[in-house]
Amino acid sequence: MRNSLYKKSIISINDLKRNELELVLNKSAVLKKKSQPNLLTNKIIASCFFEASTRTRLSFETAIYRLGASIVGFSDGNNISLKKKGETLSDTIAVISSYVDAIIIRHPQEGSARLAVEFSNNVPVFNAGDGANQHPTQTLLDLFTIQETQNRLTNLNIAMVGDLKYGRTVHSLTQALAKFKNNKFFFISPDTLIMPNYINDMLDKKNIYWKRYKNIEEVISEIDILYMTRIQKERLDSTEYTNEKSKFVLHTTTLKNARNNLKILHPLPRIDEIDRDVDYTPYAWYFKQAANGIYARQAILSLVLIKQHL
Amino acid sequence: MQINKLQVEAIKSGTVIDHIPANIGFKLLSLFRFTETEKRITIGLNLPSKKLEKKDIIKIENTFLSDDQINQLAIYAPHATVNYINEYNLVGKVFPTLPKKINRILICPNSNCVSNHNFITSSFIFKKDKFHNINLKCQYCEKEFSKNIVLSYQ
Repeated sequence: MRNSLYKKSIISINDLKRNELELVLNKSAVLKKKSQPNLLTNKIIASCFFEASTRTRLSFETAIYRLGASIVGFSDGNNISLKKKGETLSDTIAVISSYVDAIIIRHPQEGSARLAVEFSNNVPVFNAGDGANQHPTQTLLDLFTIQETQNRLTNLNIAMVGDLKYGRTVHSLTQALAKFKNNKFFFISPDTLIMPNYINDMLDKKNIYWKRYKNIEEVISEIDILYMTRIQKERLDSTEYTNEKSKFVLHTTTLKNARNNLKILHPLPRIDEIDRDVDYTPYAWYFKQAANGIYARQAILSLVLIKQHL
Repeated sequence: MQINKLQVEAIKSGTVIDHIPANIGFKLLSLFRFTETEKRITIGLNLPSKKLEKKDIIKIENTFLSDDQINQLAIYAPHATVNYINEYNLVGKVFPTLPKKINRILICPNSNCVSNHNFITSSFIFKKDKFHNINLKCQYCEKEFSKNIVLSYQ
């Protein structure tokens, strides 16, 4: 398969075509079966975390070490001299791009990764999360996990639960899964945290089934993937939070009519939306999902930095 | 008897932007940075108009707008007419059409968008929703807003 991702920046899941998503997923599967530590020997990658994100950073850095590459960078933007001296993001990226072969950027402002591409002098940029906007490698690991557990990315019934309004993971995952045929979406959230119109409009335009539901029990017998997210206390007033919260907490009893192939995913961190008892059911897959982040990130790094793949 | 009298002084050569909705002319001058020039500019506000009842008009001497500039006017003045003048004669007439993209002019309403925190120009693409309303999508933060929200934010 031709590697169309070579030298491409990975900023938004919307920028990737279906065949490019498949390319990453295939490569992830290969790397999961057999680690290839020499793929990126002699490459230096900058890991620029302008805001703290321990899991994403460690996952990226583990992927880099497993590929045999080296890392420079920082893990908290508040403690770097660039911030203290008031340097602009564009100048910072322009300088760092002259040191390294690729830049991973995590930044609290939305659009920062796209801005970084404009100043990176053709050095590829990987978006590791820009505010509430995009986190494409999270979506890639979500897709990889779904494909791994269901053996397909088509004809799936996917329920998404929790904060569908502000949760960037559910927006990106819906956009990505909408590129594959015959998937159906079941959106479960408080009225104040429903999926934004632009996502619903996109599904309508493509003639893809989606519907809002009140609670998980309504759909549990129909779904293949249950994607849980955290409802953030600060998004609802305290009375509403107390009233609504119980409808969106997953207990083992909620799972009694579940399909055998059901898998529960969660981008983590989990607070109290999944009862700890659920961890011991065969449906719980969120920790394995997090582990898959290594392979998905290894795959995307190697595809962008190496033209030819065997 | 009809009195044919110009409301704003004629120009020898340059561009006349006519049929600008009333009270928008001043905004166009600053947003499109027409004043960042040494050329002579005349502006008429709240002039009578058969088409709009009231209109604004801008005349810029010895300057001809590019197609991009003309089309970007469409977001604020969709019924504007851009007239090219040479030796006091009308030599061309162009009607703005909504462009695919608008750079620099607008501000992203998302306060956390990187374009509001760095020395970069904004960039929006035009999109139509299923009801044919015009939306603007920020190229940086990828948020989509209805046209009116973006315009009222300026």
